[in-house]
Amino acid sequence: MEREREITLVVNGAARRVRVPGRRLLSDCLRHDLGLTGTHVGCEHGVCGCCTVLLDGEPVRSCLTFAVTVDGSEITTVEGLAGADGMSAVQRAFAECHGLQCGFCTPGFLCTVTALLRDNPAPTDEEVADGISGNLCRCTGYQNIVKAVHRAAELIAEET
Amino acid sequence: MTTRLFGEPVQRREDPRLLTGGGRYLDDLGSGALAAAFVRSPHAHARVRDVDVSAALDVDGLVAIYTWEDLPERVGRPLPLLIPHPALTHGRTAYPLARDVVRHVGEPVVMVVARDRYLAEDACALIEVDYEPLKPVVGIEEAVQGAQLVHEDVPGNVGAHLVQEVPNEAGRSAREAIEASPHTLSFRLDIERSASMPLEGRGVYARWDGSDLRVYTSTQTSTSVRMAVAAALRLPLPHVEVIAPDVGGGFGVKIVHPWPEEILVPWAAMRLGQEVKWTEDRREHFISSAHERGQVQHVRVGFDDDGVVNGLDVTILHDHGAYTPYGIIVPIITSTQLLGPYRIGAYRVEFSAVYTNTVQVTPYRGAGRPQAVFCMERTMDKIARYLGKDRTEVRAANFIRPDEFPYDQGLIFQDGRPLIYDSGDYPEMLRMLKELIGWDDFEPGRHRGIGIGCYVEGTGVGPYEGGHVQITSDGRVHVSTGLTSQGQGHETVFAQIAATELGVPIERISVVTGDTRRFGYAVGTFASRAAVMSGNAIALACRKVREKALRIAADALEADPADLEIADGLVHVVGTPTASIPLSTVAVLANPLRYAFDEEAAKATQFSGISSPDKPPVAEGDEPGLEGRDYYSPIRSTFAAGMHAAIVETDPLTAAIKVLRYAVVHDCGRLINPMIVEGQIHGGVAQGIGGALYERMVYDGHGQLLNASFMDFLMPYVTEIPHIETAHLETPSPLNPLGIKGAGEAGVIPVSAVIAGAIEDAEGIEIDRMPISPSELFDLRNLAPDSRPIT
Repeated sequence: MEREREITLVVNGAARRVRVPGRRLLSDCLRHDLGLTGTHVGCEHGVCGCCTVLLDGEPVRSCLTFAVTVDGSEITTVEGLAGADGMSAVQRAFAECHGLQCGFCTPGFLCTVTALLRDNPAPTDEEVADGISGNLCRCTGYQNIVKAVHRAAELIAEET
Repeated sequence: MTTRLFGEPVQRREDPRLLTGGGRYLDDLGSGALAAAFVRSPHAHARVRDVDVSAALDVDGLVAIYTWEDLPERVGRPLPLLIPHPALTHGRTAYPLARDVVRHVGEPVVMVVARDRYLAEDACALIEVDYEPLKPVVGIEEAVQGAQLVHEDVPGNVGAHLVQEVPNEAGRSAREAIEASPHTLSFRLDIERSASMPLEGRGVYARWDGSDLRVYTSTQTSTSVRMAVAAALRLPLPHVEVIAPDVGGGFGVKIVHPWPEEILVPWAAMRLGQEVKWTEDRREHFISSAHERGQVQHVRVGFDDDGVVNGLDVTILHDHGAYTPYGIIVPIITSTQLLGPYRIGAYRVEFSAVYTNTVQVTPYRGAGRPQAVFCMERTMDKIARYLGKDRTEVRAANFIRPDEFPYDQGLIFQDGRPLIYDSGDYPEMLRMLKELIGWDDFEPGRHRGIGIGCYVEGTGVGPYEGGHVQITSDGRVHVSTGLTSQGQGHETVFAQIAATELGVPIERISVVTGDTRRFGYAVGTFASRAAVMSGNAIALACRKVREKALRIAADALEADPADLEIADGLVHVVGTPTASIPLSTVAVLANPLRYAFDEEAAKATQFSGISSPDKPPVAEGDEPGLEGRDYYSPIRSTFAAGMHAAIVETDPLTAAIKVLRYAVVHDCGRLINPMIVEGQIHGGVAQGIGGALYERMVYDGHGQLLNASFMDFLMPYVTEIPHIETAHLETPSPLNPLGIKGAGEAGVIPVSAVIAGAIEDAEGIEIDRMPISPSELFDLRNLAPDSRPIT
């Protein structure tokens, strides 16, 4: 039997206790132990960005992170981006600008862009490209994703 | 509120689910299922001498290990050859698990089932397979030499050979016409391998309850997987259901079926009496799914002083990898779509599909067309340079004129039917493109160049698709079609069609695709066919339902059906808005009842007085319920077209290539949702740029794929893709009721040709290979130090 260890993850605001082997990836822990399947796994070697979640507010590759190494941390997944009054500005902007097609890479983009706009509420084109340059999308050609990031910035500015 | 939504940029109805983590992709299902993993061949060509599983037996959580010898006869047969063709004289497919010989790195040899995937992989690592390595065949040239064979019984490694000839109006062959031409050119072109590479790989999850099998699979054709699984597992078709859940991209690779895993996972679930799931990892996707594109083309063309082509003779060597499960569709498409928007005097095309010890080749978005367009558009550019003419002038001199439609190219297309273009306006398209990119005002500079590429795409291939539309007593409309979705927005565009046809608000319409429980007859999603095929089928089904609704409402309102219309879900008498009946009530009245399950239903019960005691409650020839089913089966394909232009800049020192501008004029007939069509084009162009500048499958001489990861197979990020400017022309298709043509593959098709033309213009060096990297361009510069920029 593999040795397991009990850890606590504060996921989308709720403390979750889970027993995992040392080699359990955070992505697998979120998806298969906690049932949060919105975080997707596209390459399992940290290149595509589909598995991006916010770890203590910062975007990380959950497929390159062992769950046991983030014991006690706060994690936000795509399931935690919407508020009580509906989808976040970033989510709404992606819908409005047709920033997704198959939707598989989308959770990673949403987490990345949420952090990007928090740190830089009015990014230039170049800053947007730089900000999402670690996420692959095979469907959209990125044009509408870039548009959605700018639109989200507008929505956030209007709503705050 | 308007329900006339055909042509409107309606926001996608699937997005709220996909944006909030509510999507359900294959690996999101079956949380309690056992996990399968595979031992795959590390050799490109080898004989399997022995499989020793003893070390794996102690792995905690191991449930089962299977090799080919464990499979029953029906399961262990070679996988089906999906599209037979008389020219495919030596079609070969793989066994679900290798039997005796493996023919590419990645071929599955052993299947392991365990409590979870980590443990299944632990067991895989402990299984020892004894291989006797054989000499592999890698690359088209080595295959053609035929010194080594991929399949012992396929001489010369040639799986298929096909010659197609179209003489000119005077009855001369292409070779004769070329010899008689004032000018001739001969050259060779090389296109390397790429792959669909959806961000979600393949995956299969199966449940068996003792009599019924349910299979979820990340596929582009659930109905056909169902038939294949039922046949392989000897199950009655009604006891098998197959569902494509949310699918994270397909781009062609997921039309192949049944994959070994689509047979083995359900078989294991039945044998073990437990749910089993397999989710492909990225390396598996690289080495055990499918690739495309690889071709060598030898071209000879004859033309006159105006650049009008008198004869074209193309010989194609097509790398088919180790197997041909999808037949020779890709080289057939290359050969037939090569002609593009042009009337070529006489045409001869010959292809040989050769086996190599590499991953099998099946369609990837564009499916042979990018290679075809590369060939034809390179030819046009070379003619222009030879004659010192503008490249657009030479193209225009060869265009099919708008008054020549329907235009018969004299060939047989991929659907086995004549290659007859239904409609188009190529001169107008060229005018629009030149204006959009500013062709006539472009000032060539050293290391800046402009390129152009034109294509025609046969879309909406048959044989058929169907649609079912049901209005329930709550007034909701339930639309289903058998083909599947991989991000194209079908839930939105099919709802737009239904809203427009039925006069029902889109919020009350839901669409289900790819679920054989809802619709069992379908072909699949490929060849830019979903909107054309299912879109028209759903429209026709809606028209049946509308007719029935008006008939029932006319009875209830004591009006003539011809005086009725439906608006906002209400049937009313034209000019008398007060005389109306909601579709929900019409649905109740459509289904004579004995039992009232709610107040509304009571209206249709036997003592409610709605039906005449002199007639049967359901009239002869009628059916209960407000629903309709119809099919669309076209006589032949409908032909979309497009023209792209790009301006590129190359770095004088590093030879880095940057796309400064990219312009697209696109004609897919009537647009259902322009926002979604634009999205399809953007994505296609991005994949095209990947194929032109970055993506290739790098095999070494041993048949090892050296770049089987996202670290090394370079797909474009946002930083590689320019802003794409688009304009639309709409020449409706006369072939279908909605006048639409397909749009899914369009964007990717001409990109390599466009970029090659632009680099050639910038550098003055002939670009005859794709993709081209900065280091390759650098080497070409060194080989041709005296070349001058082309003007």
